[in-house]
Amino acid sequence: MTEKFISIEGIAKRYPGTGGATTTVFENLWLSMARGEFCCVIGHSGCGKTTVLNILAGLDAPSEGAVIVDGQAISGTSLDRAVIFQSHALLPWRTVLGNVAYAVSSKWRRWDRARVKAHAQTFIDLVGLTGSEHKRPSELSGGMKQRVGIARALSITPKMMLMDEPFSALDALTRGTLQDEVRRICLETGQTAFMITHDVDEAIYLADKIFLMTNGPGAVLAEVVENPLPRDRGRTDLHRHPLYYALRNHIIDFLVTRSKTFTAETPGHDPRNVPVVHIGKPGLTIASDAKSEPLNETSWPGLSRPSTSS
Amino acid sequence: MTTTSLRLRAGLVSIVLLAAFLGVWHLAVRSTAPVATMSPEYAKLMGLTATQGKSAMPGPVDVAAKLWEHVRRPFYDNGPNDKGLGIQLGYSIARVGTGYLLAVLVAIPLGFLIGMSPLLSQALDPFIQLLKPISPLAWMPLALYTIKDSSISAIFVIFICSIWPMLLNTVFGVASVRKEWINVARTLEVGTIRRAFTVILPAAAPTILTGMRISIGIAWLVIVAAEMLVGGTGIGYFVWNEWNNLSITNVIIAILLIGIVGMLLDQILARFTRMVTFPE
Repeated sequence: MTEKFISIEGIAKRYPGTGGATTTVFENLWLSMARGEFCCVIGHSGCGKTTVLNILAGLDAPSEGAVIVDGQAISGTSLDRAVIFQSHALLPWRTVLGNVAYAVSSKWRRWDRARVKAHAQTFIDLVGLTGSEHKRPSELSGGMKQRVGIARALSITPKMMLMDEPFSALDALTRGTLQDEVRRICLETGQTAFMITHDVDEAIYLADKIFLMTNGPGAVLAEVVENPLPRDRGRTDLHRHPLYYALRNHIIDFLVTRSKTFTAETPGHDPRNVPVVHIGKPGLTIASDAKSEPLNETSWPGLSRPSTSS
Repeated sequence: MTTTSLRLRAGLVSIVLLAAFLGVWHLAVRSTAPVATMSPEYAKLMGLTATQGKSAMPGPVDVAAKLWEHVRRPFYDNGPNDKGLGIQLGYSIARVGTGYLLAVLVAIPLGFLIGMSPLLSQALDPFIQLLKPISPLAWMPLALYTIKDSSISAIFVIFICSIWPMLLNTVFGVASVRKEWINVARTLEVGTIRRAFTVILPAAAPTILTGMRISIGIAWLVIVAAEMLVGGTGIGYFVWNEWNNLSITNVIIAILLIGIVGMLLDQILARFTRMVTFPE
């Protein structure tokens, strides 16, 4: 990590539970991202992913610790950090243009109407919604709504984008196109992005770094996996890359088994120095073919291989 | 195609039902009683029921004829006990309008405050729950004693009865604005005042307008009773006065007009509600 554009420093989130006890969602969480990096967080429900994102956005405050963005500790929300919500969160009484213009006029309060409109229009064009400016959200499909959400987030030219499972409510085809768009836009604009997802393939396609979180309560950031795939990867030939399956298996193994047992099995885990996993690089390899092959067999005892001898 | 034909058929059924009702009414009040022979002086005292066998209940034709008379001269003023129906309705609508507007001015800003503050919401809840079920007419003696003006007391009664549905609906509408819309405004660093007007107000508007629609209905129900008590002017006073005059025809006409005005008020608010409702 050369430059820490975003640095989460020892944050914790606790909720008062029943009978005076407190529930700790996570504590002592350290995480950092460089400028222009695309990071995905993967973990099971309840591990506090959304809470981390809300703290980054400023919508929620950590019980402990601080978040530093571009050299300054954050307090509350900011127009520098745009959020793309899972449920798109468009204002239904405004048109597509109205929704984007609302964000634009919030950032540049002294702009006149024509300037706001022109600026909003460029971002509507960017996400491919030209011609639908005057439609209301109820007249749009799920994919189009999320495009508006993306246009709204981009229109304020933020320093970073925060996405909370933005495509999970969409069908597979729409999701694919929108992933392409988001990747294109982020690469073109050099946007720093932080995304929560449940979709391993989405993370592999979009992310430069993948954060793996163990199960909550008391969740920890277990590993940071660096994406070994080339930066100019395409969605269609992603799975043909020699390291694709090693990476995918590593993440899925983590989600299926290690996310439950990680804390117990790794007593010396230092949350300030989370191991960085480089898939396929000799010497640093953690998950490799030789180790995962027998493990796969034992973990599915009911699955019998077709016998070839008889 | 099917909707128009359904509408047409429903309209036909309505007309048939109306015709049947008028027919039954007409037949029911026909003169059937035997006519007694009596001296002319005595007959004058007894009225038409005894002398001509005519029912004291007017038929639809009598009501229509009388109504036509009222419609032709709605604004005549022959002194305190004989004013045109237009004037009487005007008084009632003015009272309802004043009391209702005052209630809007109080209930909506107050509802906004209560809805946005959980502290106020919990602190004021027992008072609202206690005051809400009180019949507005129960306030009348207190209003008459403190205000010492019967007309303003009637307006106060309208105010107090129309405030609760608006207040409660505003509180509910404001408190249940979707969290994500608030979060959108927060991430865009929208200030509290601008947030209230650009996010909370449009989001809560359908609920608030529903409360206003309930209120106007209640206000129109209450004004008739309030004016019966207060006296002097208004459609409620007119009903009671015509009852004292034993003019059932005028009472029926007043009932009809109260219904029509109430329906119109409701329709106006329904139209406003549709204007602010957004599809999701």
